[in-house]
Amino acid sequence: MNSLLFQAGSVVALLVLGFLFGRLAEKRHYRKIIQRESETQALPVVASRYPPEDRPYRQQLVTGSVVIASDYFKAFLAGLINIFGGRVTPYESMLDRARREAVLRMKAEALALGAAYVFNIKFDTTRIATGKVGAMEVLAYGTAMIPLGQAVGIQHEI
Amino acid sequence: MLVSNLEFLPGRTVVRHLGLVQGSSVRSKHVGRDIAASLKNFFGGELRGYTELLSDSREEATERMLAQARSMGANAVLNVRYSTSSIAAGAAEIFVYGTAVELDIE
Repeated sequence: MNSLLFQAGSVVALLVLGFLFGRLAEKRHYRKIIQRESETQALPVVASRYPPEDRPYRQQLVTGSVVIASDYFKAFLAGLINIFGGRVTPYESMLDRARREAVLRMKAEALALGAAYVFNIKFDTTRIATGKVGAMEVLAYGTAMIPLGQAVGIQHEI
Repeated sequence: MLVSNLEFLPGRTVVRHLGLVQGSSVRSKHVGRDIAASLKNFFGGELRGYTELLSDSREEATERMLAQARSMGANAVLNVRYSTSSIAAGAAEIFVYGTAVELDIE
């Protein structure tokens, strides 16, 4: 009886801790993401396969990746939602954060190279399973277009 | 060596197509890192150890692909794609492939 109570207690404690720390981390992360996104707005990331031809460019592959884990509360909530079906919102926000973070890291690499655009962005999302740990890896990659010299003719409009 | 995930480069011509080149790397983490990661799983957030592991692994796979391209006499690899799969508990395979080409001299 005592051990059962202890087990139930530890689950509740983990749920509360997961909820508090998870929420705090998520809020802080979103604040940072929004701030960094507005800082790097000058560098457009384009999903087109056709690069601009207004001036000569040097090209280089840039990547950004992040491995993100869910917290105990999110996993528990997702398990509940799974019974009834529907949108699993706790995981939606987790993947949204991971994807935006990956893009931001890729952009940072491109900005360090002096790129004007990142073309042909691709995403790769994988579940990294290590025993009990459920984690997702998001990779974003694209081609950084680094201008060499001045623009000739009409500017490329995006 | 030029590496790009675009299919062609403005202002450059492909002189020769040399075919598919690929590189892969399977890595896993030592147990200590796995334990640290499972603790992190209660509170959520980034698993930095794994992020590093996978990006090192990706670098190695890319290096293997480039070695293959160099041995073919290529000076660029175009249309590069990455793919990741988790093949067993604690191990992931990174696969990278592209087309080796010879470009005209700049």
